[in-house]
Amino acid sequence: MAARWLVILALGVACRGLASAQEPLRPFTVQGDAIVESLTDAKGDPERGRAIVTNRQVGLCLLCHSGPFPAEKFQGTLAPDLRNAGARWSEGQLRLRMVDASRLNADTIMPPYYRIVGLHRVAPPFRDRPVLTAEQIEDVVAFLATMRD
Amino acid sequence: MLRTTFLAAAVAIAAPALSAEIPHDQRQSSYELMSPDTRAMQDEDTSNPGMLWVLEGEALWKRETGEANRSCADCHGDATQSMKGVAARHPAFDEKRREPVDLEGRINICRTEQQKAPASARESRDILALSAFIARQSRGMPIESSDERLRPFIEKGRSLFTARQGQLNLTCAQCHDDNWGQKLAGIPVPQAHPTGYPLYRLEWQALGSLQRRLRNCMIGMRAEAYVYGAPEYIALETFVKWRARGMPMESPAVRP
Ligand code: HEC
Ligand code: HEC
Ligand code: HEC
Repeated sequence: MAARWLVILALGVACRGLASAQEPLRPFTVQGDAIVESLTDAKGDPERGRAIVTNRQVGLCLLCHSGPFPAEKFQGTLAPDLRNAGARWSEGQLRLRMVDASRLNADTIMPPYYRIVGLHRVAPPFRDRPVLTAEQIEDVVAFLATMRD
Repeated sequence: MLRTTFLAAAVAIAAPALSAEIPHDQRQSSYELMSPDTRAMQDEDTSNPGMLWVLEGEALWKRETGEANRSCADCHGDATQSMKGVAARHPAFDEKRREPVDLEGRINICRTEQQKAPASARESRDILALSAFIARQSRGMPIESSDERLRPFIEKGRSLFTARQGQLNLTCAQCHDDNWGQKLAGIPVPQAHPTGYPLYRLEWQALGSLQRRLRNCMIGMRAEAYVYGAPEYIALETFVKWRARGMPMESPAVRP
């Protein structure tokens, strides 16, 4: 049986180092529908990015999305399949999508992965921390960019 | 689901969610999403674990307690008659308090004011047993929400239901109005009708109240849960009951 969803979602914090918690968010510039420059001034690691995307306690992506991950039995149908995402979008577009998808679609259900303002009633363990760190965002972007058939 | 694409121009933090209510002829209980095995477990009193709480509640119903040394039965008599339909119309507007009280709250009012006994803690064995026993008397009866005095509380509940909250910045409605029937990591998203509470969840291995369920969803959203009994929970309960008005009660239901 699939682990019930709230267990999946709520576990996130336990699985991440607390060290990065209070680090202020890195500044970034939105140009059009993209954030062209890396949040960390470094390239992400696609291997680590894949691990984040397929880990339902860290990336949470497969709660909503499906993708070419045959080992992951339980995938979501609330969002488009991630297959070929790197062919559809540039790295910069993927970065903005990850940082704050609501800038692309005000009604989106995709969580803002790198935003801490404008949120309400955030549970204490998650307060003032983004869902993913800047390094993790870069890893995910690097991985998504490799997703081409 | 209505989706408008903006380019990066506006920061859309306070945008209202565009959720549409589920048309009445499309409403369904989460029962419809369950496997035949789980349905059978709910349907058969002999296999429904919630019936253990019902039986316990029946015993408590007859037990004298408190300084008044009265039992529920002393005043209310045969629950199969006096409590018929009561759970189906709770939360109900309380004259004295000028606000709705849910079934658990109502039981505690009788405990403290009539029996002169201490209130039972929310989610305690006793209150779950009594509420299961009372709710069982509404099985098959339509949920009722027609008292106009509930209106402001329904509206408050609706605004909580459609407000983004938590680190994941989701609304209840985005899942339960807009995406019911979809799979969340393999789990079907239900419409969130409170037809079965209190109910037995296989995951909890216990009976739990509607507030416990609401709390679970808030934890899933990484939102700060309210304390049990908070007015926000009562408002949400009042709203989801109204939203499910007319649907038949199933208590004590079984859910995965
Ligand atoms: C709560 C649901 C949800 C979660 C969790 C989620 N997304 Fe999304 N995502 C969406 C939705 C819905 C869309 C469709 C566009 C929109 O509505 O914003 C989307 C769009 C996308 C797109 C563009 C899709 C395309 O090719 O058109 C990408 C890429 C993406 N998400 C990646 C991710 C990654 C990577 C994660 C995890 C780190 C993730 N998403 C987590 C809901 C979600
Ligand atoms: C001394 C008499 C007395 C006792 C004992 C008593 N009640 Fe009550 N109960 C009342 C009265 C009177 C009302 C209705 C007036 C009111 O709103 O308080 C009521 C109302 C209720 C209602 C709401 C009924 C409706 O139609 O909405 C419920 C449910 C209830 N009681 C449950 C209980 C339970 C459970 C117990 C035992 C734990 C109990 N009562 C013990 C007198 C009593
Ligand atoms: C990310 C999607 C999502 C969000 C957001 C969400 N829920 Fe749920 N909800 C679920 C799922 C999935 C279930 C089924 C539980 C399970 O099987 O784990 C559920 C179950 C429920 C149920 C129980 C239905 C039954 O038959 O027992 C209620 C009631 C409910 N949710 C209300 C709410 C409320 C109120 C909110 C907002 C505070 C909310 N939910 C937010 C996904 C969500």
